[in-house]
Amino acid sequence: MSDMSMDSAAPRRSSKSLHEVDARTRRRNAAETRFKACGIGAIAIGLFFLVVLVVAIFRSGLPAFTQTVLDVEFALTQEQYEDAESQLFKTKAYSQAFNGALKTQLDESGVTLPFDEASIERIAGKVGGTIREYFRANEDQLGQPTSFQLAASSRVDGYMTGRVTRDGFQDSRFLTLADLDLVDALEDAGIIRTQFNWNFITGADSGVDNPGGAGIGASVVGSFFMMLVVLFLSLPIGVAASIYLEEFAPRNRFTDLIEVNISNLAAVPSIVFGILGLAVFIQFMHLPQSAPVVGGLVLTLMTLPTIIISTRASLNAVPPSIRDAALGLGASRMQSVFHHVLPLAMPGILTGTIIGLAQALGETAPLLLIGMVGFVARGYPDSFIDGFVEPNSAMPAQIYTWAARADAAFYDKAWGGIIILLMFLLTMNIIAIILRRRFERRW
Amino acid sequence: MNDMRLLERDVDAKDIKIAARKVQVYYADTHAIKDVDVDIEDKTVTAFIGPSGCGKSTFLRCLNRMNDTIDICRVEGDIRIDGEDIYDAKVDPVQLRAKVGMVFQKPNPFPKSIYDNIAYGPRIHGLARSKADLDDIVEKSLRRGAIWDEVKDRLHAPGTGLSGGQQQRLCIARAVATEPEVLLMDEPCSALDPIATSQVEELIDELRQEFSVVIVTHSMQQAARVSQKTAFFHLGNLVEYGETGQIFTTPQDPRTESYITGRIG
Ligand SMILES: Nc1ncnc2c1ncn2[C@@H]1O[C@H](COP(=O)(O)OP(=O)(O)OP(=O)(O)O)[C@@H](O)[C@H]1O
Ligand SMILES: [Mg+2]
Repeated sequence: MSDMSMDSAAPRRSSKSLHEVDARTRRRNAAETRFKACGIGAIAIGLFFLVVLVVAIFRSGLPAFTQTVLDVEFALTQEQYEDAESQLFKTKAYSQAFNGALKTQLDESGVTLPFDEASIERIAGKVGGTIREYFRANEDQLGQPTSFQLAASSRVDGYMTGRVTRDGFQDSRFLTLADLDLVDALEDAGIIRTQFNWNFITGADSGVDNPGGAGIGASVVGSFFMMLVVLFLSLPIGVAASIYLEEFAPRNRFTDLIEVNISNLAAVPSIVFGILGLAVFIQFMHLPQSAPVVGGLVLTLMTLPTIIISTRASLNAVPPSIRDAALGLGASRMQSVFHHVLPLAMPGILTGTIIGLAQALGETAPLLLIGMVGFVARGYPDSFIDGFVEPNSAMPAQIYTWAARADAAFYDKAWGGIIILLMFLLTMNIIAIILRRRFERRW
Repeated sequence: MNDMRLLERDVDAKDIKIAARKVQVYYADTHAIKDVDVDIEDKTVTAFIGPSGCGKSTFLRCLNRMNDTIDICRVEGDIRIDGEDIYDAKVDPVQLRAKVGMVFQKPNPFPKSIYDNIAYGPRIHGLARSKADLDDIVEKSLRRGAIWDEVKDRLHAPGTGLSGGQQQRLCIARAVATEPEVLLMDEPCSALDPIATSQVEELIDELRQEFSVVIVTHSMQQAARVSQKTAFFHLGNLVEYGETGQIFTTPQDPRTESYITGRIG
């Protein structure tokens, strides 16, 4: 190209000092500044919603981690025990003995407030039954002072955590204003107090009338066994399928069709997988109902497309020149894939897998369809194998069940369950980041 | 086999290592190589020259079946190495590529250490019996690639951390390490400085003692310096093929003449 053609092609640039910014540059800089401001604004809005979400979750969920208990020290003599066992209403006799002890303890602290059995029952539930059970199991403890920690009812719990207030309080058969006075007095006397609720983390689901005893532990175990199934099925199957499709399969109509279908599967609503699982795994294959292994199978079906898509994307992102280099040295296709391509794709594959697992961990609808509802989670499995086949629930299904229950205290439990679930997700994401770093260090 | 021995006796000075007849290459509908006949001699450096896009790389990649990896690419015709058809159904391209090594147009070191880059080929082909053996091969190959002095202190540093020219020499060393019988080099010196270029040219000359080397180059001087035979490609056709000296001094075809004098390109 000659100088002539250069001149005629572009308008001449005026040569001005570099110290003055010309109008065009100023406009471009202004546009850039505006764009940056928009970006910062977008991030700020995102962060704001995140903070609101986190605050809301913790405000609503933290009460689930505390528990109101009545701490009463109390001795039952041999005669009292025999006397109570000989009566017709046995638990009533135990209740009376307990109330006596409570009254003494209250009097000692200088408060005199009359209370009856009914109000204690409203505050602490049917204490007689608990006490009787304890002494029947531990007869050697008779006559010894034993300290009992009795869970307060959900309304008293709500009063202590601020969910129930005196403003506009109406007496009901569950709680009266007089009861609240008694609770205040018991609190002053140090008999009622709130403590960390380990049972919420380690326990199993309770009945609908006992929100205080509800724990998420059993369904955490259910989720764990489900995730084991998902991980050990979907990772190898997904990665093998992707490697085959990406590196070995010929490109033709048939593989195109498979490809399109995998993408479509990723968009299928999870409830469809649920009903499919119900039909195939339970009704046709007769696998046990509500079992984590079935949940794991259903979630595997859901997770596979995610893993396949992300694995293929990360295999595809490996520069073809690396494959050429290996093949050019006389490596077989498989050697080129396993020695060179796969290690480079590993961070992407792992990230995709963990995202898939995280989705599966939070999935609720398909689990409800195969019977892994919350109230099934009544205890821990007896053995490792039982963990897969014994009926159990999973965290999100448990949360859903709690949220659907009438007692407002279950609502707190649902929020508490959400906190636990989010902590698991956070842990998984951190693992993903660590694995990514570890593999990326190999350039 | 009998014919082969006859053939050997016939050609007293140089054997034909690769014989290509009526080779056609198509990329989908594009006809990239048209009717190419060429005999590449053993223990000879053959240069492929021609304007950009004329099909030099494409033809080179036919010789070790690297085109198999391109889905849309179709190769027709007959290419024989030592009399054996390399596109025969019985031929495993993996075995072929161990025999016919390749240095690519763009440097493509593995994202592994320099040592592992070189050692990879010998490892998968079982060329080293011990660690010491392998160390030997690595050192010898890096020396042949004219890069030993620059990397000997950092053999375990990543190969991708080298400069472009160093990477290309690493790739040459890597190709040499597997002891191929034919070495295909696609513009191996395009990213190298004059010193490294002359080192690589020395290497090519040295390799000629044992192997046959095919080199694609855009530098007429380089073709003249290193090769004994030159092939000129134009728009997918092999226009002229002969002794390098003859091609550069008395080209038969007007297209060859205008290319080497700088009028096409
Ligand atoms: N993978 C491919 N898919 C489709 N067409 C291709 C492909 N590779 C090469 N071609 C076409 O084949 C023709 C020859 O390309 P080739 O790479 O062999 O040229 P070349 O002579 O090596 O050029 P250069 O000197 O620039 O490297 C070109 O027209 C190119 O467009
Ligand atoms: Mg080329």
